[in-house]
Amino acid sequence: MGRDLPVIKVDGVLELEHAVQEGVDISGHWNRMFTERSVTGYPTEAMDWVTSLSGGESMRDCYQCGKCVPVCPVQHVGDYGPRKLNAKILRGNNLIDDPDLWLCTTCGNCYRVCPKEVNPLRIMPAIREQAVLQGKVPDELSDVFRNLQKSGNPMGESPRKRIDWIAEAGVEVPIISQLGRPVDVLWYVSDYTSYHPRGKDAARAMARVMTALGVDFAILGPEERSDGDSARLAGESGLFELLAEQNIKAFDKYEFKRLVVMDPHAYNAFRNEYPRLGWTGEVLHYTQFLAPLVDRIEFHSSVDVDVTYHDPCYLGRNNGEYDAPRKLLEAIPGIRLTEMPHTRANGYCCGGGGGGMWLDGFVADHVSERLSERRVREAVETVGLDGMGVLSVACPYEPSRFEDAVKSTGNDGKLIVRDIIELIDQAMRPAAS
Amino acid sequence: MELIVLLKSVPDLAEELEIAADGKDLAREWLSYVTSEWDEYALEEALQLKEASGATVTCLALDSGPVDELLATCLARGADRAIKVGSFESPPDSHSAARAYASALAGIPHDLILTGVQAIDDLDGQVGPLLAAVLDLPHVSVVTHIGLAADGSTAAVSQEYAGGIVAEFEVDLPAVLGVQTSREAPRYAPVSRVRQLIKTAEFGRAEAPAAGGSGLVVEAMSIPEAGGHAEMIGGGADAIAERLAALIRERGLVAGAAR
Repeated sequence: MGRDLPVIKVDGVLELEHAVQEGVDISGHWNRMFTERSVTGYPTEAMDWVTSLSGGESMRDCYQCGKCVPVCPVQHVGDYGPRKLNAKILRGNNLIDDPDLWLCTTCGNCYRVCPKEVNPLRIMPAIREQAVLQGKVPDELSDVFRNLQKSGNPMGESPRKRIDWIAEAGVEVPIISQLGRPVDVLWYVSDYTSYHPRGKDAARAMARVMTALGVDFAILGPEERSDGDSARLAGESGLFELLAEQNIKAFDKYEFKRLVVMDPHAYNAFRNEYPRLGWTGEVLHYTQFLAPLVDRIEFHSSVDVDVTYHDPCYLGRNNGEYDAPRKLLEAIPGIRLTEMPHTRANGYCCGGGGGGMWLDGFVADHVSERLSERRVREAVETVGLDGMGVLSVACPYEPSRFEDAVKSTGNDGKLIVRDIIELIDQAMRPAAS
Repeated sequence: MELIVLLKSVPDLAEELEIAADGKDLAREWLSYVTSEWDEYALEEALQLKEASGATVTCLALDSGPVDELLATCLARGADRAIKVGSFESPPDSHSAARAYASALAGIPHDLILTGVQAIDDLDGQVGPLLAAVLDLPHVSVVTHIGLAADGSTAAVSQEYAGGIVAEFEVDLPAVLGVQTSREAPRYAPVSRVRQLIKTAEFGRAEAPAAGGSGLVVEAMSIPEAGGHAEMIGGGADAIAERLAALIRERGLVAGAAR
């Protein structure tokens, strides 16, 4: 065009740990803003308040690029995304009285793509905690908080009933307090795996598989308390710490080499939160534990089904494990594994995390369909169009969520939901059993 | 305006109830306890009245076991003071409870005393009336709605009867109310606040007589036995209809037909 523009040749990016230019400290990631972005015409109190909360700091770094919007699962069924929350806060709405505070499932897909590392997995619990302290929490959710506090599980069931599932396992399931010796694996069974009918199916399957493999394991039994991770993300960090204290006290009583968990939420709590509370043991999700042993599994039948695998947010995207579950599925004779369009790091949330498991009624008023319903329709498109497809899962929140969604989307007869451990257990038994 | 709330803990029904070896009480080894639901309604009403008119809410609980968490939860929900009353080896009967509260309240200013109309462990419903009798105060039970007069000298309350009937009372204060339900669900007490209060709160103490008893002795306690079971009628539509018709005739439910 004929404009005389300076040409700047760049050979590479030089990243310094600490740099001050003309009195301004510009230390930090090369993509950081160097000074605070000023937004004139709006009161700054809401943003000042959010960023003053421990965990809320990164909200100010958002520069509204919008990358978070199309990957947010709630945006697909409503009008949502971290950018919208940032805009609200900039305009003086601190979210305490806003239903939008409770729609985030902390799936982490936004954080994955954010160039500024704005982190709703820290921001949402921080603001939610303040809402809880002010008594502004949906009743559905506070009822579950009460149950967790009183009984150590979200259902409010007796802790003694946590081991009822053992009766029909068909194999011995030692309780470590009665065993009286160290074990290799302390198997942390989890709330839904212990109490929910479909969870109990997975518990029994896991017990049988571990027994067949000769694993030296035991469970805590009635001493086990909820991991509380979803309660933490829903704003009850005090409750999380109470439950952690109880669990860590139990863990410290016994000798075991590693903790194996069924629930990615428990995995997240034990791996990422318990160290600061005083427990630093080795923890594996059950798929990570079994994957190295897969060649020792004796399969006696073929499971001839089309299967797709749903990456749980707290095993996959938020903790980086995508391969172990797939290795297990591919080892099962007969299984034909196909990926859904939203897969691995871009997996689509089932809606259960961050308290979503206990906000179904509340969320229903703000979305066009449940996240689990949307995911089920994606699974049907992938494996359910010509015959019965299988949606395989590795998180105890999911069988009930997805089975309900199969029915409510009218897909009964096209899709069944199975935990990976159930498929392994089935293939280990002779055909037609 | 001084509001008083009387609370106690009862067994959590999530645990299966078993009878003790002596056949006269529950086996308490495995029981866990929760605040009595009706007492929670009483507290919620007190807090609602406090928010509307700036009253002070004082919570009392008989010291008959671990009550710290119960009282800390009251404070976490917004009560101003919490007081442990007396000292009991085990939760006392309603007569002893009423006497103990009356003794404590002689030294505590009170304009309106609220407590749950009943509790699941005894279904007695007597603490309110007995307390009112000792203190010589008016009493209304099964209260579903409370409104305070502007001058604080009376309260308008609704009393629930069977069949959807409601009676409206105006009662002179001070008075005792047995609360059936609160206008809002009992508010949530954040765990961090409760834990902090258990550590830091100073609970008041009020002495009270422990002796007395109710003049009643429990002879036996047992789990109810099923007297009979439902009859499941099977077969096709015709067979079922015939059986139903026969049952209806048998029970004399057909107008004009001989039995």
